[in-house]
Amino acid sequence: MIGEELVQLLTPEGERVSHPEYESSLTNDQIVSYYRDMVIVRRICTESTSLQRQGQLALWAPIQGQEAAQIGAGRALAPMDFTFPTYREHGIAWCRGVPPEDMLRLFRATSNGGWDPQKYRHSVPTVVLGNQALHAVGYAMGVQRDGAEEAVMAFFGDGASSQGDVLESFVWASSYNAPIVLFCQNNQWGISTPMSIQSKIPLYHRAHGFGFPGVRVDGNDLLAVYEVTKRALDNAREGGGPTMIEAYTYRLGAHTTSDDPTRYRIDAEVEVWRHRDPIERVKALLVREGTVKASYFDEVAEEAEGIALKLREDVLAMGKPDPLTIFDHVYADAHPLIEEGRREMVELGVAGGAH
Amino acid sequence: MATTTMTMAKALNEGLRRAMEANKKVLIMGEDVGKLGGVFRITDGLQKDFGEDRVIDSPLAESAIVGTAVGLSIRGYRPVCEIQFDGFVYPAFDQIVSQVAKLHKRSDGVYTMSLVIRLPFQGGIGAIEHHSESPEAYFAHTAGLRVVSCATPEDAYWMIQQSIDHDDPIVFCEPKCRYWEKGEVDTERPPHGLFEAVVRRPGTDVTVVGYGASVRTMLRAAEAAESEGLSLEVIDARSIAPLDLDTMAASLERTGRLVVVHEAPHTASIGSEIVSALTERCFYSLRAPGLQVSGYHTPYPPSRLEEEYRPSVDRILDAVDRVIGFES
Repeated sequence: MIGEELVQLLTPEGERVSHPEYESSLTNDQIVSYYRDMVIVRRICTESTSLQRQGQLALWAPIQGQEAAQIGAGRALAPMDFTFPTYREHGIAWCRGVPPEDMLRLFRATSNGGWDPQKYRHSVPTVVLGNQALHAVGYAMGVQRDGAEEAVMAFFGDGASSQGDVLESFVWASSYNAPIVLFCQNNQWGISTPMSIQSKIPLYHRAHGFGFPGVRVDGNDLLAVYEVTKRALDNAREGGGPTMIEAYTYRLGAHTTSDDPTRYRIDAEVEVWRHRDPIERVKALLVREGTVKASYFDEVAEEAEGIALKLREDVLAMGKPDPLTIFDHVYADAHPLIEEGRREMVELGVAGGAH
Repeated sequence: MATTTMTMAKALNEGLRRAMEANKKVLIMGEDVGKLGGVFRITDGLQKDFGEDRVIDSPLAESAIVGTAVGLSIRGYRPVCEIQFDGFVYPAFDQIVSQVAKLHKRSDGVYTMSLVIRLPFQGGIGAIEHHSESPEAYFAHTAGLRVVSCATPEDAYWMIQQSIDHDDPIVFCEPKCRYWEKGEVDTERPPHGLFEAVVRRPGTDVTVVGYGASVRTMLRAAEAAESEGLSLEVIDARSIAPLDLDTMAASLERTGRLVVVHEAPHTASIGSEIVSALTERCFYSLRAPGLQVSGYHTPYPPSRLEEEYRPSVDRILDAVDRVIGFES
């Protein structure tokens, strides 16, 4: 499946390779820093899985295996760009500055969102597959009308690539030349649905049919994802219109903590992808080039432990919200049925603080 | 007072024009809304005057019309989406129910879903299938949405502007069979609030409530009833969600008898809601059970049969007779 069309700048063994169109612009400091991002995001993910197993989260959607796709894309964004995630963009959220505990409010079942989307320029999670792609295109049309030099990025997966909304977003992005990057993380599995059922052609080929470029990048290659995304974002900001990026990657873990992937895929396949681990690949590069001291890797792991520990404390401190918050922000303006519901709850005496 | 006579179609057009003049963030988007001016010409001339960036001819994809309007709304725009016909709104249903209705809540109030979804609804124009439906209850059922309907040119002129100004998402139901009817429009000040019901004709014996195209039918029924010595109080609900139950209850407490008129099938309808809510409020004033005159529980029929399907003066008078004749 991985043919010569795949943009790769770093091999699974951590060796730099050249590509006719792309060249890594990352400084050593950036690579070191993005390595840290990937380690921390993976540690947040393992901690969240543990929290779910211990009954502290309703659900968790892991990203193991997709760290390079998300940190590469997330770090390519400019501060004023705006991103529209699914429920699995923890790496993007991290790059946008969303505090880890806010990422978990949805999964702690204390909120349907969790953070201020305007503050972080990262929209709230979208659970219905593909809806956000249209929001992103609409937002991009607004950017266009404002004459702003900003780009917009929509995230979706191989599963959502079959959704009408995603395909409609391609039509609109193309028709209006919207300043948008349509970023698909093809992690090969939509719960148990394999790529072979989703598409008979490589997903990035679809973009050409809609009238804009599609690029398939090695989604486990931090350097390549960064360059491909950066160029697409620059192009969007300069008025060049949309690009679809297919980050070819793999979901090493389950779809969510409710899923059991052993029922539908074989271990051998997972093993192949374990050898393409996006974090190990950058570590191998850093070791190979002697960019950091040997102690750096332990320092990062230790820092990640600290973040995970704090996350655990923050999540455990997240109590049940005041029931009366059910009635907040349903409408922007006063509404009689909201007032009626709130009054009834107060009269029943169920309202109270966290417990 | 500056009153002008105009059709409902013209009133909507003028209302949209005024809203676009007042606020540069107001956009119109939909199928054929530009050069053509919409299949009903509601947006006639607006693209010429406000440009293609503000009156956007869209690809033919309803989910995308609403879905991109969500994104524009997040960006601070106030899009007015035209859905060409009621029966074509369902491809956008997911966006309306899952996103438009819920994003204000999901973002803890950060996002304002300041968009209007214009929906020509109800029948009476002799159209083919999917062009005459009454889907308002689907939207009224969904928390986060508001649903209104105009019955007169004056309401059309003002309610569209009030809806655009409002910060909540509004499904704006236009009775397409009344587009070409003329009425007086006071263009200086709005006579009513957006969510107020209005007594269109005072009466004493039976409270008759409806909205959209049903209002004129109810008024004709009231004229006919008067000749038989019966006095009907006709209320135009105007706001379908939320309902102005105070205005309706005040009437029902005087008359004790209720008939609700609309074109949708009656099960789980706005009519069901009005009867249920008013029964709860006015139980001790009721002298008969509230009745609905509605469409039947069938798909909207081939339009050669639509006058048998839609509430008619005769069917309303029949229901009036039944509530008058009810003996407990």
